Amino acid sequence: MKKLLTVGVLCAALAAPVLADTTKVGFVYIGPVGDHGWTYTHDLARKAVEAEFGDAVQTSYVENVGYGADAERVMTQMALSGTNLIFATSFGYGPDVNTVAARFPNVAFEHATGYIQEADNVSLYNARFYEGRAVIGHIAGRMTQTNKVGYIASFPIPEVIMGINSAYLHAKAVNPDVEFNVVWVYSWYDPAQEAAAAEALIEQGADVLMQHTDSTAPLTVAQDAGIMAFGQASDMSAFAPESHLTGITDVWAPYYIDRVRAVKEGTWKAGNVWHGIVDGMVGFAPMSERIPEDVRAEAEGMIAAIAAGEYHPFTGPINKQDGTPWLAEGETAPDGDLLSKDFYVEGITSDIPN
Amino acid sequence: MMIGSINIAVLLAALMVAATPILLAAIGELVVEKAGVLNLGVEGMMIMGACVGFIIAVNTGSPLIGFMGAALGGMGLSLLFALLTQALMTNQVASGLALTLFGLGFSALLGQKYVGITPPRTPKLDLGPLSEIPFLGRALFSHDIMVYLTIALVAAVWWFLKYARAGMILRAVGENHDAAHALGYHVKRVRVLAIMFGGACAGLGGAYLSLIRVPQWTEGMTVGIGWIALALVVFASWRPWRAMAGAYLFGGVVVLQLNLQAAGVKIPVEYLSMSPYLITIAVLVFISSGKARGSLNAPGSLNRPFHASN
Repeated sequence: MKKLLTVGVLCAALAAPVLADTTKVGFVYIGPVGDHGWTYTHDLARKAVEAEFGDAVQTSYVENVGYGADAERVMTQMALSGTNLIFATSFGYGPDVNTVAARFPNVAFEHATGYIQEADNVSLYNARFYEGRAVIGHIAGRMTQTNKVGYIASFPIPEVIMGINSAYLHAKAVNPDVEFNVVWVYSWYDPAQEAAAAEALIEQGADVLMQHTDSTAPLTVAQDAGIMAFGQASDMSAFAPESHLTGITDVWAPYYIDRVRAVKEGTWKAGNVWHGIVDGMVGFAPMSERIPEDVRAEAEGMIAAIAAGEYHPFTGPINKQDGTPWLAEGETAPDGDLLSKDFYVEGITSDIPN
Repeated sequence: MMIGSINIAVLLAALMVAATPILLAAIGELVVEKAGVLNLGVEGMMIMGACVGFIIAVNTGSPLIGFMGAALGGMGLSLLFALLTQALMTNQVASGLALTLFGLGFSALLGQKYVGITPPRTPKLDLGPLSEIPFLGRALFSHDIMVYLTIALVAAVWWFLKYARAGMILRAVGENHDAAHALGYHVKRVRVLAIMFGGACAGLGGAYLSLIRVPQWTEGMTVGIGWIALALVVFASWRPWRAMAGAYLFGGVVVLQLNLQAAGVKIPVEYLSMSPYLITIAVLVFISSGKARGSLNAPGSLNRPFHASN
C-alpha cells in the first residue's frame, strides 16, 4: 500500500511540470500563523503572493514545524508533490533546507535568516532589523522618564544581540542616563513567560518595554501598568492602544512576489540578500499620538537617512562592552561583523549568557 | 522586604499568579491518577479550556461564564479520552498523547476568528482592609478570585480524598481495581467521573492563561505547561498540598529567575530557565520505570486497564 502511494505521489510529481501553468509555492513556518508576530508576517506575505498572481500560483503552508527531522519531512513532502519554490522561514532550518535541496535540484529553496548555502538551489534572505531597532531605540531614549528601558530578549544569538546594541546606542545618544535591563526568556514565543518578564522589568522601574519575542503578551502587561512599549513584527497597537508607541514590522511581501515571479519566468537564481528599510523589508507600525511632534520628526528623519544610505546605525566611534575599540571614528560596521556579533557595546551593564 | 532591588512581596504575588494554571491542571490530574488512570492529555485539555473559555468570555462579556465554559470544554475533551480508554479499552498513554495533539489542533481551528481580540477583564478581588496590610497585603491579598478558588480547590480535593467516602472509593479503585470491583464498586463509572473532573480542572487552568495571565487567545499558548503539571503530580507523590507546594516552587523558579535577570543579578540564566523542564523530564522518566512506582506512593492500578471479566 505504502509503495503504491509513493508511486502515486511520484507520478503526480512527474506529471506536475507538464500541467503547470500554476506555480506551486510552499511555506514552512516555525510557529502558528496566528502568533501576530514572526510567522503571522510571513503568512501575510503568502497571502500577498496569492493576491498578486491569482490562479497562476498555488500556495500551501505547514505551521509549527520543528527543526530537524520534522522540517526535512515537510519539505520533502512539498518537493514530492510538485512544489516549485519553498520558503523555509526560520533560522534553524538551515541544515534541513540544504539536505532536501541537494535531493531536489529542480526545486528552488528560499531560507530566511540563514547562513548555510551548500546547494546552488538554496537562496538566503534576511532583513536588517537593526535599522528599525535604531529608530525605536531613539524614541525610547527620548520618551523614558525613569531612564530605564526593559528589553525582553529570546536567545543570545547575533541577530538578537545586534538588536539590543542598536537600540541601546541610539537611546544612549539622546539620553546619556539611559539604562537597559535585558531579560532572556529562552523562547521565541511563550506568552506566559513573556508576560512575567514584562512584569519583572516594570517592577525594576522600566517605563518603556521592547521585545524580541513574538507574542503580544508584554504589550498587554504594559497597557495595564500604564507604561509604554514597542510592538514586534506586525502592528500590535490593537493590543495596547495607549501603550503602543510604534514597532518594527516585517514586510516580506515584495521579496516573495519578486522571487515567485522569477520562478515563473524561469529566471530564479540563488542569491543572498540582506534587505533593509530602503528595500521595504523593514517597516514601522503607525506612530502613536503619544510620541511628541519633535520626537516623531527626529525618528522620521532617521528613517529617511537610513533609507537614503546617509546614515548607518553602527557608525564609529563605538567601543565593545569591555572598553576595547570596535569601530573607529566614522567607520561603519561590516555585515560580517554584525552577523557574527557576540558582544555588547560599551555602556550595557549586564552580561550576555553563554 | 527587599533582596537587592527585588521586592519580595511583589515576587510572592507574581509567583502565586504564575503557579495557578499549573496548579489547577495538576490538582485535576492528581484526582485522575488517584483513580488509576494516567491521562497524558493535560496539555490538550488545557489548550481547549483556554480556547473555549476565551470564546465564551468574549461572546458573553463575562469572564466568569468564560471560566465555566472552559471547564466544560476541558471536560468535553476528557470525555473523548474516557470513551477511548474506558469503553474502547485503548492504551492510556497513546490515547493521552493523541488527546494533546488533537486538542492543540482543534483549539487552533476553533479559535481562528478570535486571534487579536481582547477579552473582558477579570477584576482583582477587592479584599478591603486585608489588601492594606503591609507586605502580606501585596503578596497574598491582591489577586483575582481564581487564585483563591484554586487554593480552595486544593483543600477540597485533600479533604475529599482523605475523609469523604466517595474519595475513599476513588482511591480504592486506583489502588486495586479488581478488589474494588469485587466489593461492588463501579470502577469505570468512578474513573470516568475522575477523568471528567481532571478535564474540567485542566480547562480552568488553560482559561486562566487566556483570560487573566496573558490575556489573549493565541494558538498553542499553553507552551508545555500541561506537561509540567503532569510531572508535578508525581513530584508531589500524589498528595494535594505537596502539589501546591510544587506548583509554587515551579512558578517560583520561573518568576525568580526573570526577576533576578531584570534586577541585573549575574546568574546563569540558561540553567535556571531550563530547570523546570529538566525536573519534568527526570520525573517522567522515573514515573515510567516500574520499580520506582512503589517507593513513590503511586496508585497501584495506575495506567492498568480494567476489564470486569478479569
